[in-house]
Amino acid sequence: MAQAAVAHVEGQQHPIKLYLVVWGWLFVLSTCSYLVDYFGLHGYLRWSLILVFMILKAGLIVAVFMHMAWERLALMYAILVPPVLVLVFVGIMVFESNYTLFTRLIFFGPGT
Amino acid sequence: MADVALANTGAAPTRPSGWQGIAADWSSDQRAFKNVSWGKAMMWIFLLSDTFIFSCFLLSYMTVRMSTTVPWPNPSTVFALTIGGTTIPLILIAIMTFILISSSGTMAMAVNFGYRHDRVKSAALMLVTAAFGATFVGMQAFEWTKLIMEGVRPWGNPWGADQFGSSFFMITGFHGTHVTIGVIFLIIISRKVLRGDFDREARGFFTSQKGRYEIVEIMGLYWHFVDLVWVFIFALFYLW
Repeated sequence: MAQAAVAHVEGQQHPIKLYLVVWGWLFVLSTCSYLVDYFGLHGYLRWSLILVFMILKAGLIVAVFMHMAWERLALMYAILVPPVLVLVFVGIMVFESNYTLFTRLIFFGPGT
Repeated sequence: MADVALANTGAAPTRPSGWQGIAADWSSDQRAFKNVSWGKAMMWIFLLSDTFIFSCFLLSYMTVRMSTTVPWPNPSTVFALTIGGTTIPLILIAIMTFILISSSGTMAMAVNFGYRHDRVKSAALMLVTAAFGATFVGMQAFEWTKLIMEGVRPWGNPWGADQFGSSFFMITGFHGTHVTIGVIFLIIISRKVLRGDFDREARGFFTSQKGRYEIVEIMGLYWHFVDLVWVFIFALFYLW
């Protein structure tokens, strides 16, 4: 059974057009994120747009270029869930750096 | 039960899918990744570990940037270039981004042609990818030279927080190293493709395994990962 499958299916086969479309979208999204800086957007609008474009680009690369969309769920979860847990680390370090900033302002305030 | 050889990448169609599939794939004494060869699974796991390394770099950058009382230098002006009399913000980094994305596009097509056993097209596209990668590293060398001439050091810079230099050199240096290794890896594999090693299943010098076109896809995974890391560096370091 597996032998027969090997004979006619080798690796990932997708039309070239798919890659070209994704390539085009990556260009569009990169241009958009560059324009965020070019037009000098500020504050939460800037940060949320940067993050949205970043996540969309990363998603397209992983899903299509790296063929993750066609892998079995067991591999997908094994590879994609651990990086998400880095967000916990981000949370810890945000807490920590706020504290560092607080102590610096208290003990080494501006002008000293 | 189908006897799936370790090198077999063919789909085994009768496995359950969804959550039941995860439980079935991971449970009992068997291979967890059913239709993925060891080479590809190991590359994925290596990339996962590399993700944590880059996460740590970006996290330490976030921590020093959030905790400093001195204003952070504005990347938009630090990385601006004056072309033909007009100063364009961040233009060098934008061009580098487009170059790396293009290299990912050509790499994806090289994988596709590899599986179609189109040796010449696959090798040519890989060499184009390598050329894009080398261009990227060249532009990065230019960027480093420019910043060092302007007085950026790991311990200080003329515009603001001292931590800017150390974060910059650490993150982009590590990424540039990855790109350089990828270019070398690409040239080696494209030579093998062009020589027809994978058509006659020549054994590799290191693992002595039969050569298969899957190595082009594994190479591609590494290359796309380098592009993926740049997406995060571009967003979090250059644009933030």
